[in-house]
Amino acid sequence: MNESLFTPFITPTVLGLPAAVLVILFPPLLIPTSKHFINNRLIIIQQWLIRLILKQMMTTHNAKGRTWSLMLTSLIIFIASTNLLGLLPYSFTPTTQLSMNLAMAIPLWASTVAMGLRFKAKITLTHLLPQGTPTPLIPMLIIIETVSLFIQPLALAVRLTANITAGHLLMYLIGSSALAMLAINLPLTLITLTILTLLTILETAIALIQAYVFTLLVSLYLHDNS
Amino acid sequence: MASVVPVKDKKLLEVKLGELPSWILMRDFSPSGIFGAFQRGYYRYYNKYINVKKGSISGITMVLACYVLFSYSFSYKHLKTPAGRSWAISEGNSQEGVV
Repeated sequence: MNESLFTPFITPTVLGLPAAVLVILFPPLLIPTSKHFINNRLIIIQQWLIRLILKQMMTTHNAKGRTWSLMLTSLIIFIASTNLLGLLPYSFTPTTQLSMNLAMAIPLWASTVAMGLRFKAKITLTHLLPQGTPTPLIPMLIIIETVSLFIQPLALAVRLTANITAGHLLMYLIGSSALAMLAINLPLTLITLTILTLLTILETAIALIQAYVFTLLVSLYLHDNS
Repeated sequence: MASVVPVKDKKLLEVKLGELPSWILMRDFSPSGIFGAFQRGYYRYYNKYINVKKGSISGITMVLACYVLFSYSFSYKHLKTPAGRSWAISEGNSQEGVV
């Protein structure tokens, strides 16, 4: 039972070669670039979307933080497109693999911390202690804040993995249960309705991407600005 | 038979059946050649369906449908024995054991 529940999440291999690389490289094919001023409809829609994302994300940053705009925009586009493509039947979602999310989370978080320590070392270190704490509590609180700092990349990665995996698994289970109940016609409509609502709620995978980039954003802002 | 145009430069639909092996052997199979073939194929599709004045949603829907079929063919091996059915099969063939 264990093997059959999680088979949709196995990395695809063909003759032992990881075909997951092909799946990860597929979303950029859907996002064309253009040198012209007036483009086709696909490019117009995508450029509008990217401008919206950029304006939404980058207004709160100062000049130094805005050097990150390319990185963060490509991050949110990648995660959004990968998660949405994973909603198609039989497709493989790379973001369900914890290895990939850790590979995304740890370098980005570490670079924000490194940037804060490099340019504003004193201010970054004083972030470890909230204002107005009573003196006896200081050592314990510093330890707690350090732990909460180091848990940030882990939380970023595990949040994304767990959300996407749980959503896919739930859809798979409910779908197979609806199929089994097809012989018994009674709760069929109720279950298919649940599947439909679950799918629309799952399309807030985009909300999850927002959450990912926003939390990353918050840490960048905090380390960079104040 | 001598052709007017060399075999190498003809497109696939214009090559005669007898010349097909020599045509295949003369194609460029180096990495840059294969990449060039993918690039030509990509731009052929792109310029026909997407880069037009009034492109519709079918341009990208065909790509997604091909992606679904491609993923299905990859996961066919895992899907051959469905999850809840192996015990049902063994009920019928009790002499042959579990599938």
